[in-house]
Amino acid sequence: MSLDCRKEIFQHLNNNVKMSNIIEIKPVHTIDQVHGMQLLYQMMRIRRFEEKSAEMYTKTRIRGFLHLYIGEEAVAVGVMQALVADDNILSTYREHGHALARGIDAPVIMAEMYGKMQGCCRGRGGSMHLFDAGKKFYGGNAIVAGHLPIAVGMALASKKQNKQNITCCFFGDGAVAEGAFHESMNLAALWSVPLLMVCENNLYAMGTAIRYSHAVQELEKKGAAYGIGSVAVNGMDVLEVERAAREAVERIHTTGRPFFLVCNTYRFRAHSMFDAELYRDKSEVEEWKKKDPIQALQKQLLNEQLVTDEDVQRLSHEIEQEVQAAVDFAEAGTWEPVEELSRFVYSDQRKPA
Amino acid sequence: MNSNDTILITYREALKQAVREALHKDEKVFLMGEDVGRYGGAFAVSKGLLQEFGPERIMDVPLSENGFVGAGIGAALGGMRPIVEIMTVNFSLLAMDQLVNNAATLLHMSGGQLNVPVVIRMSCGTGRQLAAQHSHSWEPLFAHIPGLIVLSAGTHEDARHMLPMALQSADPVIIFEYTAMLNMEKDMPGNTSDFNINKAMVRKPGKDISIITYGAGVYKALDAAAALATMGVEAEVVDLRILRPLDKDTAFESVRKTHRALLVEEAWATVNISAEISACIMENVFYELDLPVQRLGGVEVPMPYAKHLEDASLPQKEDIVERVKKMLQHD
Ligand SMILES: Cc1ncc(C[n+]2csc(CCOP(=O)(O)OP(=O)(O)O)c2C)c(N)n1
Ligand SMILES: [Mg+2]
Repeated sequence: MSLDCRKEIFQHLNNNVKMSNIIEIKPVHTIDQVHGMQLLYQMMRIRRFEEKSAEMYTKTRIRGFLHLYIGEEAVAVGVMQALVADDNILSTYREHGHALARGIDAPVIMAEMYGKMQGCCRGRGGSMHLFDAGKKFYGGNAIVAGHLPIAVGMALASKKQNKQNITCCFFGDGAVAEGAFHESMNLAALWSVPLLMVCENNLYAMGTAIRYSHAVQELEKKGAAYGIGSVAVNGMDVLEVERAAREAVERIHTTGRPFFLVCNTYRFRAHSMFDAELYRDKSEVEEWKKKDPIQALQKQLLNEQLVTDEDVQRLSHEIEQEVQAAVDFAEAGTWEPVEELSRFVYSDQRKPA
Repeated sequence: MNSNDTILITYREALKQAVREALHKDEKVFLMGEDVGRYGGAFAVSKGLLQEFGPERIMDVPLSENGFVGAGIGAALGGMRPIVEIMTVNFSLLAMDQLVNNAATLLHMSGGQLNVPVVIRMSCGTGRQLAAQHSHSWEPLFAHIPGLIVLSAGTHEDARHMLPMALQSADPVIIFEYTAMLNMEKDMPGNTSDFNINKAMVRKPGKDISIITYGAGVYKALDAAAALATMGVEAEVVDLRILRPLDKDTAFESVRKTHRALLVEEAWATVNISAEISACIMENVFYELDLPVQRLGGVEVPMPYAKHLEDASLPQKEDIVERVKKMLQHD
């Protein structure tokens, strides 16, 4: 790869153009150089951002609950490639990766986790409740499966207004045991709405392994009960996730029906910062770490000589600076005046006298 | 409590001892809830109990609040003595249908034929920067429902002794436990012979004003009373403890003595327990009052994440002291 070409790629990345609809992807497992680097960049960026978040948590700059996505980056990044700016996205309390991959700026996410006024929700949401209406990112919901019915409603609204966008909803394997999941699947199928349900099956709901939660552990089979097309993919392979998501989105557009995509993945870190991980063996975690989605893609790109070691180093360096800038921004942020405490309970027009 | 014997104990350990004792005492008792077993309890209250009692009696359940609370009610109808743990009050709304439409009504609807002897434990409360969805004080919601017995464990003593009493009830009991207090160590009376779950309790006697509270308000009120004592004000602290059916008499007695009342709680002020107590004071002991009853409740805002905003939205010890001083026009 020529130096000039690489420079262009970095510029491209730095321009914060992270919306996938801009880039044309060839199907199957051939990777285009720019796209390959972009995927790598996004996953590495999420990883580094979260490592930094954990560090800042330990330093008590961030408080409350903090749920890391480390190990699962290929899911958010892969799926996001199939979505366009007009699509709606809903996620869980483990949503830093989705927010970043969607293009919410790292500094405002970090500031939010600091509780600062410059955060994307003015410090009123914190790590579990990241919202950005402009990016059509509707949270950040901390009630397991609490956002699934909302996602169905948003997709229904699109349908009623003849909009071409879809709604994409991320949730965990634990959520699939909730009544809200089953009710949502039924309604989505019944109403035939453009909804992509993405299950991030990381095999655990807090400390409860999937075998203690689900009589049928192949979660994709549950789509059949609702007549919803379903598929399970290797969630540690960003290219496979991307391909499956693109196919799913295409299918939603052509049929107007929901789709259920199960991404089998694994979280490398504790459930949250308050978890002694008594429920699983270290060796199990180590086995899964061998399937690290970032290392896998990096290896593939190196093997196919699409990137060099220097490229990867340079990416790391760029990311390090970006993440540090996010921390600096959050540190420099200010607290919302206490006088504003009662704002946003009602929209201004409706505020009672 | 008249015994001098006290035990130094954390709130968490007090809760755990209660559950453990119940499991030992009655083989019909079992604990069911999310992550009570293999995880060790979301707040480590049931840590080690799975190893001690096995998975039949310490039952991890899937995420399905409506489903497993309903199953707990069914098990109680079927002769068992379930302790159902809803991880936190914040998720209890998903089980509200089961609690309100089944647990609370079956006795009445069946013309007195069916009892539902289920105990529901929920941790709750504020003060940990958990933002708007994880910081609820919903005691008033449950205290609104006839058919339920609603207890609030605002002290270590109640954390330890409410559960065994609740397990003697033939009717459904909800116990609120306070997450922010789990690590708090206190001296707890060893003697429990005069323990009950019918009466409010005077936690500190005084003659100048009654501070009537419950839950997370109890220790705050006691701290405030201690500060006031240094200024020569003798405040009496009443812990309501039983939110349904409310023991109003203890509150009235206190008002008859002090002639002034400040009602304190963390729940949003509108339609909270204090509103009810205030109305009852007006109805029953109005002529005993030297001053209008006043209230300190939570600011009416979804709980913000940022620490300074969270603190500002809750009544603090300082707020209690200030309000009492104002009421007594003390400088
Ligand atoms: C309705 C509800 N019940 C319980 C919880 C507590 N809780 C938070 S995350 C979690 C596990 C969820 O697991 P899963 O859906 O697999 O998502 P993951 O955390 O693995 O991404 C639990 C039990 C909650 N937030 N909401
Ligand atoms: Mg999971």
